[in-house]
Amino acid sequence: MKRDSLFEVVRTGLAIGLALLIGFIVTVLVSKSPLEAFKYFLTGPFTSTRRLGAFIEAAVPLTFTGLAVSLVFSAGQFNIGAEGQFFIGAVAATFAGIRLDLPPFIHALVALIFGAVAGSVAGFVPGYLKSRWNASELVSSLMLNYVFLKLGMYVITYHLRDINVGALVSLPLKETSWLPQFLPPTRLHAGIVVLVLCVIFCHWFLFRTGWGYEIRMTGLNLNFARYSGIPVTSVILYSQVLSGAVAGLGGAVEMLGIYRRFQWLASPGYGFDGVIIAILARNNPLLVPVGAIFLAYLRVGADVMAMYSDVTSEMVSVIQAVIILLVTAQAFLSGYRHRLVLREVKRHESAS
Amino acid sequence: MVAREETPILAMIGITKVYPNGLVANSKVDFQVQRGEIHALVGENGAGKTTLMKVLFGLEKADEGDIFIRGQKVKISSPHDAIRHGVGMVHQHFMLAPSLTVAENIVLGAEPRRGLWFDRKKAEEISRSLSEEYGLHVDVRAPIKDVPVGVKQKVEILKALLRGSDILVLDEPTAVLTPQETGELFLALKALKEKGHTIIFISHKLREVKELSDRVTVMRGGRVVGTRKTAEISSEEISRMMVGRDVELRISRPTAASGKAKKVVLLAKNLQKYSRDGKEVLKKVSLQVRSGEILGIAGVEGNGQVELVEVLCGLSPADGGQVFIAGKDATGKSPGDIRNMGVSHIPQDRMIYGVAAEASIEENLVSTRYRTSPVSRGISLDLKAIRQISRHLIERFTIKATSPSQSVSTLSGGNIQKVVVAREFSTNPQVIIADQPTRGIDVGATEAIHRYLVEATEKGAAVLLVSADLAEVMGLSNRLCVMYEGEIVAFFPEASEVTEEELGLYMLGLKRQDPREIEAAMMGEAESRPASEAETGEG
Ligand SMILES: Nc1ncnc2c1ncn2[C@@H]1O[C@H](COP(=O)(O)OP(=O)(O)OP(=O)(O)O)[C@@H](O)[C@H]1O
Ligand SMILES: [Mg+2]
Repeated sequence: MKRDSLFEVVRTGLAIGLALLIGFIVTVLVSKSPLEAFKYFLTGPFTSTRRLGAFIEAAVPLTFTGLAVSLVFSAGQFNIGAEGQFFIGAVAATFAGIRLDLPPFIHALVALIFGAVAGSVAGFVPGYLKSRWNASELVSSLMLNYVFLKLGMYVITYHLRDINVGALVSLPLKETSWLPQFLPPTRLHAGIVVLVLCVIFCHWFLFRTGWGYEIRMTGLNLNFARYSGIPVTSVILYSQVLSGAVAGLGGAVEMLGIYRRFQWLASPGYGFDGVIIAILARNNPLLVPVGAIFLAYLRVGADVMAMYSDVTSEMVSVIQAVIILLVTAQAFLSGYRHRLVLREVKRHESAS
Repeated sequence: MVAREETPILAMIGITKVYPNGLVANSKVDFQVQRGEIHALVGENGAGKTTLMKVLFGLEKADEGDIFIRGQKVKISSPHDAIRHGVGMVHQHFMLAPSLTVAENIVLGAEPRRGLWFDRKKAEEISRSLSEEYGLHVDVRAPIKDVPVGVKQKVEILKALLRGSDILVLDEPTAVLTPQETGELFLALKALKEKGHTIIFISHKLREVKELSDRVTVMRGGRVVGTRKTAEISSEEISRMMVGRDVELRISRPTAASGKAKKVVLLAKNLQKYSRDGKEVLKKVSLQVRSGEILGIAGVEGNGQVELVEVLCGLSPADGGQVFIAGKDATGKSPGDIRNMGVSHIPQDRMIYGVAAEASIEENLVSTRYRTSPVSRGISLDLKAIRQISRHLIERFTIKATSPSQSVSTLSGGNIQKVVVAREFSTNPQVIIADQPTRGIDVGATEAIHRYLVEATEKGAAVLLVSADLAEVMGLSNRLCVMYEGEIVAFFPEASEVTEEELGLYMLGLKRQDPREIEAAMMGEAESRPASEAETGEG
C-alpha cells in the first residue's frame, strides 16, 4: 500500500515534469525569449502576495466543482452538469443576497444554502431522468447546462438587474451576505473554511458512510450492487443531487466571497475544469484540492506569462492536455514500477 | 506412448512471474510437455496454473525464464505470437461474440472474403468441414447466444484449431459442463490426441485427470512439485502433492440433513418468464423448499435455471406466478427486500453479480451487511469491524490473499468464488440459493463448501442447489428435480434413490414425468404431513 502511494506520487511528479518540458519546447518554438517567458510562467504565481492570493483564490471554485464531479463519477454517473449547477448556485445566492434581510452571519449562511439547494435541484433533473427512464445523464446534464445558464441570465436580467448601471450586472449584494475577506490585498475569503469542511465531508461521506459505500459499489459494478441489495436507483439519484449541492454551494461561495454584484455574462467554465480535476484526483476528495491548486497555478502562471512576454496563454492548454494525458495513462512508467517490485521480492527471497 | 528421450514439444524453463502487487505467482517453474500427450496441470486455488498458461499464451509477461517450442527458443509477448507458434487457449471465461453465429465466431479474425465482403457460405463450409474432421459436432448457423455452454466450448476449440494450434490449452474446461458434455469433450480431446495434437488440461476434478491425462504436473504455491505418469500415481498421491500433506480424499461426504417435514420457507408458484425475443424460458415452474432440506435442481445449463434463480432473488421480474418466502409474499420485491427476508444467493457467474472486481476483498465481503451492526455504526462505517470480519472470513474460508484491502481482481478464479461464498454463508441466511457454488474450487475447498451447506440446513436453512455437477446435486440434495426447457420434468422425493443414468434421460429431455404428478408430489407432500405449516403464503 505504502509503496503504491509513493509510486503514484513519483509517477505524477514525473508526468508533470515531462509535460512542463514539452511546454518549454513549445515556448521555445513560439517565443523570442523563451527562458524569460517560461520563468514568468513558473514563478509568476509566487511573485507577489496578490498573485499568490489570485492563484489560491482561483483554486477555490475549482475544488468545489472537482468534488462535485468526483461524487458523481464515483457512482459511475457521467454527469457533467457541474457547470450549470455552479452557475445556478451563484444566481440563487445572488438572489438571497439581494432580496433577503437578515443579520450578518446568518444572511451569508442562508445565501449559501440557497446556492446548494439550487444546485441540488439542477442535479436532481438528470438524476431523475436517468433513474426513471434510463436517459443518458451525459447528454441530459450537458444540455441542461445551457438551460441553467439561460435561466440564470433570465433571473438576473429581469428580476435582479441594476438598471442604473450601463453593463448587465445585478443589484449589489447586501453587505450582510458577504463572506468576509481577510489578508488584503488578496481576495482570500471565509469561503475557504466552507471549502475545507466540504472536502472533509465529501471524503468522510464517500469512504466512511454506508451511502458513500453504496455510491462506490454502484459505480464499480452496478449488477453487483443490485444483487447485494443496494438500492441502485436511489443511489443514482442521490449521488447526483448531492453532487449538484456541492457545485451549487461552490457557485454561492464564489459569488459571496469574491464579487459584490453578479456580473457573469457567460458560464465561467469551472464545471468542465472540475471534470479534469476529478480525473487527476482519481475521484478522491482529499486529492481534489491538490489537483485544483495545480490547475489554478497553471492558469495564473499563464496569465502572468501572457502579460509580460510574447507567449499567449493558450499555450497553457497544450501543457494542460499533456499533463492530463500522462497522469491518467495507467501504463506510464509501469515497467519501471514492475522492476521496483521485482527487486523488492528478490531482496526478500535472498534474506529468507 | 510418449518416448522419454524425444525433445518436448513445449518446455517452459525457470519461469518466474511476479504480479505488480509483489505476489510471486510462479517461481522458477519448469514445465515440459511431450508431443501428442494429454498433460494435466493441477493444484489448489491460487497455485499459479492460470498464470503459467497466461505466460505461455502471451497474456502475461514472465519476469524470468525461457519458453522452447519444438526445441526452439521463442519469445511470446502476445497471443498473436502464441498462435503463430501453434499455441491455442480456451479460457475459463469464453471469449465469443454472442450475437454472431457459430461459423462467424469460428472464423472471426480470419474471415474468408469474396472481394470486399465477408463470405458467409465459405465460412460455414470451413466450419462444417473442420467440425467433421475433428468430430466436434456443432450447428454452424446457430447464433452463439442460443447454444449451450458445451457447444460454446467446442466453438472455442474449433477456433483454436482453425488457427493451426497443435498445442491446445484448456483452463478448467469441465467446470461448466454436464457429465454428458464432459464425456463428449473427452472423446473429442482423445481424438485430437490421436491426430497428433498436444493438450494441456487444467482441472480440479481428479477423476477427470485420471481418466483423461497421460501425465500430470502438480503445482503448489507457485512452484512445480512434480510431474508423473498418470497411470503410476493414485488420486490420493496427487492430492498429497497438491496440498503438501496427507489428505483424506474420501472424507465421508457430509450426510444430507434428514428431511424431516418442516415448514416451507421458499415457495414458488407457476413462475413464468419470457426472454426478450419472446421465448418462454420459464413455463409455470412451481417448487417448494422446506426448512432443513436441500432441494437440488439438475439440468443441462441453459434450461431456465438461471432465469428461475434470478426471479427468486428479485434480480429480474417474473411475467407470471408468485414467490413466497417464509410465508410472506415476495413477488416483485427488490433484491434488497428479498435479502432482508433472509435470502442468500451464490450467483452462477461470479464476475457479473458476485463481486465488484475493482473493489477490495473487504468491501466485497460486507456488501450485504453494511447497513447492520457491527459494520454500521449509526451513519458511519466501522472500518475496524470490517477489517476484523474480513480477516475472520478470509481465514475461515481459506481465501488466498495478501491482505483484506487487496483488490478482488488480483485473486485467482477459485479464490474469487470463495469470497462470494464466504459473504453469502456468513449472514445466517434462512434461504440459500446456490447456483454452481463450487465452480472452479479445488477439492479441499469444495468439501468445505458442501459441509457449510449441510451445516446451514442443520441450523434450519432451506437450500436450493442448482448444479451441473451431478455428483454434487445427487450427493447433497434431499429432494431432487430436473429442469428441461424451462420446465420441471421430473421430481424425486428421495434423491438418494436415483441413478445418474436415469437423471441423464430426463436432463436430455428423453423422458418426463406427468406434470400433475410432479406437482402433487412436490407441493402436496408437505401438506399431507401432520405438523405442517406448508400452506404458508396461500391463506
Ligand atoms: N493480476 C494479478 N495481480 C496480482 N496477483 C494476481 C493477479 N492474478 C493472479 N494473482 C495471484 O496469483 C496467484 C496465482 O493465481 P492463478 O490465477 O494463476 O491461480 P490458479 O492456480 O489458476 O488458481 P484457480 O484454481 O483458483 O484458478 C494467486 O494467489 C492470485 O491471487
Ligand atoms: Mg485459474
